[in-house]
Amino acid sequence: MATQMANEMIINVPVMVPVQAGVQAAQSMIPAYPEFILGISIAIIMMVDLFLPKERKVVLVWLALIALALTGIMSCALLASGARAYAFTNMFVADPMANLLKIGSCIAVGATFIYSRRYLLERELLTGEFVILSLFALLGIMVMISSNHFVLLYLGLELLSLSLYAMVALNRDSAVSTEAAIKYFVLGALASGLLLYGLSMVYGGTGDLDISVVAKSIASGQAKKQMVLFGLVFIVAGLAFKLGVVPFHMWIPDVYHGAPTAMTLMIAAAPKLAGFAIAIRLLVNGLIGVAADWQSMLMIMAVLSMGLGNLAAIAQTNLKRMLAYSTISHMGFLLLGLLSGVVDGNRLNAVDAYSSALFYAIVYVLTTLASFGMILLMARKGFEAENLDDFRGLNTRNPWFAWMMLIVMFSLAGIPPTAGFYAKFAVLQAAVGANLVWLAVVAVLFSLVGAFYYLRMIKVMFMEEPADTAPIASDRAAHALLSVNGLALLFLGLAPGALMTLCLNAMKASI
Amino acid sequence: MQANASSILSLSIWVPILAGLLVFATGNDSNARLARVLALIGALAAFAVTLPLLTGFDNANAGFQFVEKSVWIERFNIHYHLGVDGISMVCVPLTAFITVLVVLAGWEVIEKRVAQYMGAFLILSGLMIGVFCALDGALFYVFFEATLIPMYVIIGVWGGPNRVYAAFKFFLYTLAGSLLMLVAIIYLYLKSGGSFDITTWHALSMPLPVQKMIFFAFLLAFAAKVPMWPVHTWLPDAHVEAPTGGSVVLAAIMLKLGAYGFVRFSLPIAPDASRDLSFMMITLSLIAVVYIGLVALVQTDMKKLVAYSSIAHMGFVTLGFFMFVGGTIMPLAVEGAIVQMVSHGFISGAMFLCIGVLYDRMHSRNIADYGGVVNTMPKFAAFAVFFAMANSGLPATSGFVGEFMVILAAVKFNFWVAFLASTTLIFGAAYSLWMVKRVIFGAIGNDHVKALTDIGAREFSILALLAASVLYMGVYPKPFTDVMHASVNALAKHVAKSKM
Repeated sequence: MATQMANEMIINVPVMVPVQAGVQAAQSMIPAYPEFILGISIAIIMMVDLFLPKERKVVLVWLALIALALTGIMSCALLASGARAYAFTNMFVADPMANLLKIGSCIAVGATFIYSRRYLLERELLTGEFVILSLFALLGIMVMISSNHFVLLYLGLELLSLSLYAMVALNRDSAVSTEAAIKYFVLGALASGLLLYGLSMVYGGTGDLDISVVAKSIASGQAKKQMVLFGLVFIVAGLAFKLGVVPFHMWIPDVYHGAPTAMTLMIAAAPKLAGFAIAIRLLVNGLIGVAADWQSMLMIMAVLSMGLGNLAAIAQTNLKRMLAYSTISHMGFLLLGLLSGVVDGNRLNAVDAYSSALFYAIVYVLTTLASFGMILLMARKGFEAENLDDFRGLNTRNPWFAWMMLIVMFSLAGIPPTAGFYAKFAVLQAAVGANLVWLAVVAVLFSLVGAFYYLRMIKVMFMEEPADTAPIASDRAAHALLSVNGLALLFLGLAPGALMTLCLNAMKASI
Repeated sequence: MQANASSILSLSIWVPILAGLLVFATGNDSNARLARVLALIGALAAFAVTLPLLTGFDNANAGFQFVEKSVWIERFNIHYHLGVDGISMVCVPLTAFITVLVVLAGWEVIEKRVAQYMGAFLILSGLMIGVFCALDGALFYVFFEATLIPMYVIIGVWGGPNRVYAAFKFFLYTLAGSLLMLVAIIYLYLKSGGSFDITTWHALSMPLPVQKMIFFAFLLAFAAKVPMWPVHTWLPDAHVEAPTGGSVVLAAIMLKLGAYGFVRFSLPIAPDASRDLSFMMITLSLIAVVYIGLVALVQTDMKKLVAYSSIAHMGFVTLGFFMFVGGTIMPLAVEGAIVQMVSHGFISGAMFLCIGVLYDRMHSRNIADYGGVVNTMPKFAAFAVFFAMANSGLPATSGFVGEFMVILAAVKFNFWVAFLASTTLIFGAAYSLWMVKRVIFGAIGNDHVKALTDIGAREFSILALLAASVLYMGVYPKPFTDVMHASVNALAKHVAKSKM
């Protein structure tokens, strides 16, 4: 009897593999269509690039925008279907959260193209490399967002990072840019190493690279807890670097400042969505079983980020550096949502908290696009409008954009009726819901500190006389987009309900 | 009819805001006249739409009237929920009325960025009305904090030499208070099982320590706004630097947002904490009345003097709210405090307008630069003396009614509280009348005063409107107290019940 059973088992083992493979072969590739569309477009654009003379490279931007639109529409279609779908032997997952973030990333990269087109043309940086690297970065972002497997996640991360390293250094002759690129590369490689080390530890502890299997293994108690926790520390460190939270924030001010503004925007906007996505994938989808451990780590980082980010931003006179520190503090706020999901081992607050963080991330990206878009718009040939003083008296020079920038600044400060307020409101609500009232109080106190430097920016624009009276560059597409972007922040401040519900439903279906 | 009646509050809020945006759209100063006319039409229209409130309000009903409710943000169960009761109803037309005067007051005086100036005031007016009408905690907070934006710009762009400092101080002080209120609001939302409805919060029972926490969070927000001693220091700065219109709105309406918050939130949501901490509140109010009254006495800047006098008068308002007898607030005191709120809106607005009239001509707010203005500006002097009298609480002016009611209630509460509170009649008279003596009366101080021209028709009509309001409310306050009677009694009954 026993032998028979053993035989059956032996027989069954090889039989099981083809069956499983059969199921996987039947997995549709449709969930990955956005990536396919983008990949094919990149190939086409690379080809077109070869045949375009140097002065007509701007065509590539329009082609890239078409590619982004197609990718975005495909993601929209998948989001509308509302289901969670796997592909590539479960390595790849397209859940509503992923599709939503992909749409956001496409919009962010597209907006970056429109904002930076004139800026890059004037600096002769609008090369085929810029467009192609940007699209590769986006592909990396999308792969990260959809990865359900450590290896795929790492692959996406490296695709993104390597593209960005090269983009920061695209302005070869600028010493500042090159310095920023080296810093970014060295620290980024270190962070990737940390993350990889952490992932391998978790692999060692759980015996699998598939994120859902890792989660099951931890939940069933089969995993070697100590090893998982050891790996967790490195994973959190790697994530913290990618998001740019204290104490892994050192690269942010230098890179934001040193990179050409167009590249800064490319780094500051869409990759944050990817950072958020892998945080959800790794920490929530994979390691929620040890949530108590990573939540306490995130808590410390959140407090430090909000504190240091807001305090250091006060001292900045360079707008790009100021926004870099402001980013650090905003990422601290984002963590408030991420760390409030599990209360005493109870996951009731999870959907609420993570969807708040998702909403925060999307609003943050929208706001960042507008703020850097404004810096790009104010720049002109041979002049970078990156100091606070360059915005002096903007209300006299161009009232419309001064008011747009006012909306952006109040959104960053989280004052109603702007989108930033509801983002702050949502994550604070998550924190209070997790019985972390003290943390919410700390957060609002630091956001009070933050209000000071956003107000100073408004002061510079509205309450001082212009030092520089050159007209603002005419770039109709960028003007229109900036207006839409600014008004969107106001609109989301008046009617945030739809996006909030979208985030909530996406998160419900994804975790 | 019903549908028609229930959109009045929405109209009161959105007509001025849309008018403000329209004024914005007139663009730069090349068509400043159009901006002015549009702003006046907008302000008048905004005032006109609030009038049905006065006629349609049912005095016997203690509950909320003109209620509008629809889902706003489904995700957090936030509603666009508006309504007024006897306490808030008066504030809506008052706000719209003051806005008309502010638009008129800035008519010729503001020469740069007229459209933005007028637009900012109209939007501010709509937002402040929103604060008075909101019955949803989140909606209230949105309006409450959004008012900071136009005021910050108004002080910072059209203000005096030190305007940037004043604008920052104003913004950060009030934001500091309201951010903790945000945490309290979120806490109440979760505690009440996911509701932002203020009336649900009123019914929510909480243990005393929690009530105290909530009370303090709200206290910070409202005390900074009122402002109460010791968080009042932003007000003199803001008043001194703000343009005349800004000072008027600040004193007449914005300070009331804080006082209103006490009645709408602190007292009914945390009645036990209010009772427990009433001694502290009374002490702070009396410090405002006595100490700030003395501070006002030594000011050499007219605007600063009126600013300190505002703090002292608002001390009366908070005093009236927190006198507990037999476990609940005294309706007489609360009604007195609310009358004082409205009356102070008229009087302080008028005082700042008077100072504005002088400042437009002399570009000085220093008392020492004036003297004998009555000789060159007799009409103006009549108004200035009248408002100074009202400010010191002369019977038959509105200033008397509120103070008298609060003092009357205070005598029942505690003799010494009443004694200290009534010193305001002495200090108020001292600083107001001494200022009048130095500025208006006496021999002509210098050549500049000699060259002054009296007020024109525009200024005359503004001041006359205010004077009429002050007199009417002083002689016949019954309509005002009738409106709030039912609601205040209901509030007193509500506060009497322990919610622990």
